[in-house]
Amino acid sequence: MGREGEVIAQLLPQFRKLHPDIEVKIQQLPWTAAHQKLLTAFAGDATPDLCQLGNTWIPEFVALKALEPLDQNLARSVRVQASDYFPGIWDTNIIGGTLYGVPWYIDTRLLFYRRDLLAEAGFADPPRSWEEWSRMLAAIKARVGPERYSVLLPLDEFAPLLVLAIQQPQPLLREDGRYGNFRSPGFRRALAFYREMFQRQWAPPIAGTQISNVWDELGRGYYSFYISGPWNIGEFKRRLPPEQQSTWMTAPMPGPDGPGASLAGGASLVIFRRSSHKDDAWLLLEFLSSPEIQQRFYQLTGDLPPRRSTWRAPELASNVYAHAFREQLERVKPTPKVPELERIVTDMRLMAERVVHGDLSVEEGATDLDRDVDAILQKRRWLLSRGITP
Amino acid sequence: MRVGHAAWAFATPALLVIGVFFFVPVLAALIVSLTDFDLYALADIRNLRFVGLDNYRHLLHTPDFWRAVANTGYFVAVGVPLSLAASLASALLVNSRLAYFTAFFRTVFFAPVVTTLVAVAVVWRYLLHTRYGLLNYALAHIGIHPIDWLGDPHWALPAIILFAVWKNFGYNMVIFLAALQSIPADLYEAARLDGAGLWQEFRRITLPMLRPTLLLVSILTVAGYFQLFAEPYVMTQGGPLQSTVSVLYFMYEEGFKWWNLGSASAVAFLLFLMILAVTALQLRLARDAEAS
Repeated sequence: MGREGEVIAQLLPQFRKLHPDIEVKIQQLPWTAAHQKLLTAFAGDATPDLCQLGNTWIPEFVALKALEPLDQNLARSVRVQASDYFPGIWDTNIIGGTLYGVPWYIDTRLLFYRRDLLAEAGFADPPRSWEEWSRMLAAIKARVGPERYSVLLPLDEFAPLLVLAIQQPQPLLREDGRYGNFRSPGFRRALAFYREMFQRQWAPPIAGTQISNVWDELGRGYYSFYISGPWNIGEFKRRLPPEQQSTWMTAPMPGPDGPGASLAGGASLVIFRRSSHKDDAWLLLEFLSSPEIQQRFYQLTGDLPPRRSTWRAPELASNVYAHAFREQLERVKPTPKVPELERIVTDMRLMAERVVHGDLSVEEGATDLDRDVDAILQKRRWLLSRGITP
Repeated sequence: MRVGHAAWAFATPALLVIGVFFFVPVLAALIVSLTDFDLYALADIRNLRFVGLDNYRHLLHTPDFWRAVANTGYFVAVGVPLSLAASLASALLVNSRLAYFTAFFRTVFFAPVVTTLVAVAVVWRYLLHTRYGLLNYALAHIGIHPIDWLGDPHWALPAIILFAVWKNFGYNMVIFLAALQSIPADLYEAARLDGAGLWQEFRRITLPMLRPTLLLVSILTVAGYFQLFAEPYVMTQGGPLQSTVSVLYFMYEEGFKWWNLGSASAVAFLLFLMILAVTALQLRLARDAEAS
């Protein structure tokens, strides 16, 4: 999918050399259409053998009984070693105790920031806690005035608020994903902090589509902090002029009380249950998961690898922008593993947008969201009550 | 009798095609709208429940659905008259004896219709940009503060209306143009001999002669504008604050984003009923106007 779909063609000749008897055909999909196409493929009995799948989609495809359990393959495998993977990322592939995918690359969110602007505001190091972060945001805002801001939290993205929410001790759903848990003190605290950043005008109340170019705007100092993912390392390197390259850096997410967790996102490799070439598909999966191939994959895409051993490679060790990601990866948490997750976090984003615009208070927002999420999970509760595990 | 058989023989292929590709899907959608068909039902058909009119009942109690209805109503109520006025005005201009370069203007006015929506939407997003957009730049010259066109819930839908009218008025203009050219010239000559001015010519000859065309164009435009989808999909994704979610956009999200096909089918039928009601009202009004 996306860039990975283009790049994999360059990795395959080596696989063909190792296994000349296996024929591999690649089907590329754009990310925006991938989810829908795969569901349609499932409905039309045309699923692929091996596939890249966003790891938050795994519960959904497991609910469809579309994926092949991989525990037995793993037990026999020498090349795929679970202990070498970051545990938070590995865990996203386990649904109900069964392994359904092997992480391919990771995608967590953390801070991209302007070192020079932070230094001018009197801070040498990036924030470790919300409290430190708040002081920095206030100091920067005081310096840049009403036309510019301290942080960009695009209102059309759920990830920034989801990161703050997942840092809390309470889970987002309760009773095995039967009900929403958004009235918990933790979520309300996250939502209140999120709202505060807009209320104090540290963040502009705008959507990402309204910013023509997020990279230029960080370069211009329209904001000094931006919560984003690993793909933006390459983008900032490419899009900011050379003289600005020393002004930006990445930092792990600050948490409510000290270093915080972030999302265990990324893509995994999965094998479809209806595949008639499961053994061959596993060979290809093992090949793509080996540290040597993952290093090349990193060079080609900039996607960060999920295995600790790959991170010891010189290219990665020397990438200063990747260090924060390496640290963050030891502190990642999966989102609730229910097929309805995408809809739940979208509802959360819509609610947060209304809270930011002042239509709802934090309490009302949390209550409304719990009510809506309980309605979304109604069918799940019905299935669970009949002893069916969705 | 023989003639009847022949007629059926000619009509059957077309009827079959309409039956298979229209009536069967519509019937299937009607049945699906009475179930809770979703992702779980796709996995195992035993997870499908027949829910009667629950989808409809639930939708009528969903504030977001009413929001979408209100947005669509606003879009139709403002967009259709604006679009008709723009089409008629441009058709009159292009048809005028006094205008120069009429072929050129005809092409210019029609050009937006044939452009790709996604491409021009990107251009419009730049035009409407709060800080760098041409529109706010022009407004600043007459002393109007920058408007956050696509970010302010009050302005996003007007911005979409502006874009949609610009994109579509050329099509209706061509229909009006054809109708204008079929009005006999001697009517105007006779009116002029009687001393009628331009306004009176328009009021007493052009408008009455255009009445059937106006009715046709307004029905087509209303039906088309009720199905607003691509503009908000490309420009705003329904935001900000759901202010540009149309009924069809709502249906798309229910159906293809969340795979609640039962509920999405129910939305489709409610939209159908809405369009039917408004079109019936239009025909009624047109008949009353005819009678009086």
